[in-house]
Amino acid sequence: MTNIAKEYRNGVIALYDINIDIHKGEFVFLVGSSGAGKSTLIKLILKEEGITRGKLILDDMDITRVPNRRIPYIRRKVGVVFQDFRLLPNKTVYENVAFAMEIIGARPREIRRRVPTILSMVSLSKKASSFPDQLSGGEQQRVSIARSIVNNPPVLIADEPTGNLDPDTAAEIMRVLMDINNRGTTIIMATHAKEIVNTMKKRVIALENGRMVRDEEKGGYSIEIPNL
Amino acid sequence: MEEWYEMKRRVVIALKFRIFKNIIKQGFQSMWRNRGMGLASVTSISAVLMILGVVLILILSINNAVLDTKLKFDEIEVFLEDDLSSEVLDSIEDSVKGYPGVISIMFRSKEQALQIMKEDWADEGYLLEGLEENPLPDSYIIKVNDIVLADKLVNNVKALDGIEEVKYYKDVIDKLLIFAGYIQFAGIAIIGILVFVSIFIISNTIKVAVSARRREINIMKYVGATNGYIRGPFIMEGLLFGVIGAIIAIVVVYFGYDYFFNSMNEKLYAIFTFYLVDPKIIFADIAIIFGTIGAGIGALGSMISLKRFLNV
Repeated sequence: MTNIAKEYRNGVIALYDINIDIHKGEFVFLVGSSGAGKSTLIKLILKEEGITRGKLILDDMDITRVPNRRIPYIRRKVGVVFQDFRLLPNKTVYENVAFAMEIIGARPREIRRRVPTILSMVSLSKKASSFPDQLSGGEQQRVSIARSIVNNPPVLIADEPTGNLDPDTAAEIMRVLMDINNRGTTIIMATHAKEIVNTMKKRVIALENGRMVRDEEKGGYSIEIPNL
Repeated sequence: MEEWYEMKRRVVIALKFRIFKNIIKQGFQSMWRNRGMGLASVTSISAVLMILGVVLILILSINNAVLDTKLKFDEIEVFLEDDLSSEVLDSIEDSVKGYPGVISIMFRSKEQALQIMKEDWADEGYLLEGLEENPLPDSYIIKVNDIVLADKLVNNVKALDGIEEVKYYKDVIDKLLIFAGYIQFAGIAIIGILVFVSIFIISNTIKVAVSARRREINIMKYVGATNGYIRGPFIMEGLLFGVIGAIIAIVVVYFGYDYFFNSMNEKLYAIFTFYLVDPKIIFADIAIIFGTIGAGIGALGSMISLKRFLNV
């Protein structure tokens, strides 16, 4: 990403000249208080909002400006996990995950092979035929993660994936994400969870009022003030 | 190289086919899972089609009656002066045959005319026995293929030699044609309004169904579904609802009308002297019309209500 800027049509400027270069296989935390621009940045990557200025390159492809009909194909390169899970309520766990493969026209044989593999990766094999409302929050989030990675996207975006979960469940989600990251998927995770950021010791990008204020390898949630 | 292209083409076709199959499968699946909402759509489509069926049968029956009456009144009687020579008769016959729209011309002698009158009078026929002399004239009976041409024909015939009088049922036919015109116009207007109303009802019903699944559509977009892929199952669903509604309407209208026809046809004939349309004749037409309209408004309704939700 180069010199990304976003100005909403109502004149609100959400992001000023952000410059980020995220490498393949990196794990990046995006931190900052509410309204700092984290969500806007994610929306830009997902092509949910247009970019006012600057250049956005994803997987060696310039996606700054793409026609609407190309957007679905870009979204297939970016898996996404939300705070509120966003599962299809009238589909089973298996169908929710298989769905992501069906829309890209994967072979049924491939779907039957891949979905169980992914479900066992997030330890949900036993819940395959449950519906989302029969699952706990942590389980739902794992389904959502399974869905987001089933097509092997190069990038996974997680928008406060642990926001609705208790610390133990959150830790479990983080283990799943780490596992995915170790398999080579780039992960960008927006979060408020201080403890998680501090314990993981990964790259941290901090936003404040639409400006990037910090980009630190193996950083913490906030600049540590030495013990007095 | 060519082989490679051929292979690529096959892969793309296979991919498209799988996607198409998915869309159909999901259409059925979501129809089943949203059957509550679906019931509302199906009911409204059925109801509209049933009303449409009643109007349609009414129009067809009246058309039938008009045609029937037209046939009964398509004769023109030309009364001749007494004692015409056979040359004059021949010349009249030849001239009439040359006019447009004439199907046949038939000579009816005064004796034949009296005989027909006796038969018509049936039981009272004996009254005619007392006549010393046959008061009826010789006549020609002209049949025309379209009663609308009769006016012109009558004027032409009147100008010929040896004609005493021309008689035909102009008033009756004029009134009938005007009446039939009104009925057809009213029928088409009613059908038009009904189709419009039903598209409105269906698109609203499906709008509710779609907005209840707004989240779902949103999620589909995030997972990278194309607009066509999202739209497909909904349209499929609307189409299925339409077809189911149509089938229900066809069954109800057909059996309902069949029952009505069997119990009322003879009675109605006694009063209005025309027959209703036979249900067996119109069944195929009704099925085709209902199927098309049902599927059409189902699919169109879905498309209209989906348009708003696709811009995520």
